[in-house]
Amino acid sequence: MTTREITYLEAVREAMSQEMRRDKEVFLIGEDVGTYGGAFGVSKGMLEEFGAERVRDTPISEAAIAGAATGAALMGMRPIMEIMFMDFLTISMNQLVNASAKMRFMFGGKCSIPMVIRAPSGSGTGAAAQHSQSLEAWFINVPGIKVVAPSTPYDAKGMLITAIRDNNPVLFMEHKLLYRQKGPVPEESYSIPLQSAEVKRQGRDLTIVAYSIMVPRALEAAEKLAAEGIEVEVVDPRSLKPLDTETIVRSVAKTGRVLIAHESPVTGGFGGELAAVIAGSEAFDFLDAPICRLAGKNVPIPYNRTLERAAVPQVEDLVAAARSLAQEGR
Amino acid sequence: MTVPMLAVETRQRLLSELPREKLAWMLARMCEIRYFEEKAEDLYVRGQVHGTMHLSIGMEAGSVGSIATLRPEDLIIHHHRGHGHTIAKGANLTTMMAEFLGKEAGYCRGRGGSMHIADIAGGNLGATGVVGGGIPTSVGIALALQMRRSDKILLSYFGDGASNEGEFHESLNMASTWKLPVVFICDNNQYGMSMHVSKVMNIEHVSERAASYGIPGRTVDGNDVLAVYEAVLEADERARSGQGPSLIDCLTYRWRGHSKSDRNLYRTHEEIDEWKTKCPIRRFKGVLTEAKIMTADETEAIDQAAKAAIDRAAEEALTFPEPSPENMEDEVYAL
Repeated sequence: MTTREITYLEAVREAMSQEMRRDKEVFLIGEDVGTYGGAFGVSKGMLEEFGAERVRDTPISEAAIAGAATGAALMGMRPIMEIMFMDFLTISMNQLVNASAKMRFMFGGKCSIPMVIRAPSGSGTGAAAQHSQSLEAWFINVPGIKVVAPSTPYDAKGMLITAIRDNNPVLFMEHKLLYRQKGPVPEESYSIPLQSAEVKRQGRDLTIVAYSIMVPRALEAAEKLAAEGIEVEVVDPRSLKPLDTETIVRSVAKTGRVLIAHESPVTGGFGGELAAVIAGSEAFDFLDAPICRLAGKNVPIPYNRTLERAAVPQVEDLVAAARSLAQEGR
Repeated sequence: MTVPMLAVETRQRLLSELPREKLAWMLARMCEIRYFEEKAEDLYVRGQVHGTMHLSIGMEAGSVGSIATLRPEDLIIHHHRGHGHTIAKGANLTTMMAEFLGKEAGYCRGRGGSMHIADIAGGNLGATGVVGGGIPTSVGIALALQMRRSDKILLSYFGDGASNEGEFHESLNMASTWKLPVVFICDNNQYGMSMHVSKVMNIEHVSERAASYGIPGRTVDGNDVLAVYEAVLEADERARSGQGPSLIDCLTYRWRGHSKSDRNLYRTHEEIDEWKTKCPIRRFKGVLTEAKIMTADETEAIDQAAKAAIDRAAEEALTFPEPSPENMEDEVYAL
């Protein structure tokens, strides 16, 4: 395999392009994905290669976009629906929650809905409350939808290819701050199974379970703590549903301490589910300290830079929380 | 509300052009729908049905008149008041009754029930229980047909209430912009649950909305199966030839309440009785006998055969086993 450094954004584009070359049933649909190249430039150049029918610009109609993807998927095509900002999925919710997710079960297993919902998520861009959310918890609670939130260019490419080939609706979260991050990615097509958490850093003293933007932050925090003699293990679930609980439980059983980190608000967030999974597992007997969560504050994302940073966990917050957890009960 | 009547000469033309078997097929399906609904109601009253149901008694001409225009391979997507579309699209009555009764042998293996009957293999892509919820999905179905250069078309059904949903606007605009092979059919029974259309829109006909999407819109007498047939056939041809969607507003009336909780507080018995005099089945029988296409005995024979078919379907479906809750979670996701 030929591996080179590309950005997360380029990895997403490469996954889509390679799948569209391989399978004529795959197409991209969304607002400004064509001539404009996508609001964040993810689909830049794709219109030229694949044409306007398969790189399909739409009216500003998020419900109809979701419906168009759902209906085409019901017919056996493999649409990739791009929503400009994850926040706008609120307008698509009826289609996604009541149609895409339910049709298969509701119709007795006699159809499938193979579609991907690509959703730029997260804060840190100064876009304020309606362009910064991470809404994974809503979707995780809906049977019938899978939810993936990869943190590296390598994972993004391999998991998007898997998501496109999956026979179910897959919500694919792309944190906007990750788009420009670079990493090694093979040129060739490859797929990563969804239900496969990865240990991004080995450590003995405590585990941080982090996904999406929290992974690079946790890794940076781990470097800082290593200088203090605290060895942090960072586990990235990559896919939130289906969830590879085994890798998470194994890590927590090894370190005896776990900090769960995510950007979305702490109350009702996915961290609660992770905590319950760990508490109910064999790792419980190995816990030397209470399971700890570090997540977004229960506020809409504010505009002001200082307020925005303070609304979600930053590297220094992870350092402080992990340090305190490492020392707890010692 | 004014209802345009089918021109006498158009009716005569249709009656001479349509084969007798086709007309008999239409009457048979209408009767089956009526008897299915009555049987459903009866089973419900006797406590043999779990859940609710939405009956389309009085609306049989809309589903039959429109689906009669289709080729067998064409597709439909419809809504919670969908027993009529399902029967008209050729559902097996026993399998359908089994679904209504929540049986494993039902179309959706008892997972969907009355509001969600789908017969994917038969081109019935399912009923949606959220008002207007099937309309955006129909954009995608029609988009797939267009992208695959198929000559199939889709009939997309919804009610008058759904035409006030945002999804209606987004979808008709998108389908029109892309010239998708779909016909939007409003089963306009004049009430969104308790709300009369006149209280929830400031225009006379739902079909007037077509103008904003640059597509043809027609209001037809939804209790006249031939009027529905004529309008939808024209829209089909437009859709099939790549000219895009149309909006057909079938003005009709539901004799029963919205669902089982309805006490009809929002309309008078006189109004209901008046619409019963416009019964689409009795009207169609009259048209057929008047035109001497069938004798009264012949229409009655079709009627009684339909009744017997429904009785048989119910009798058989009642004996079917219940589904098992075992492994239920394994069915949520496709492999």
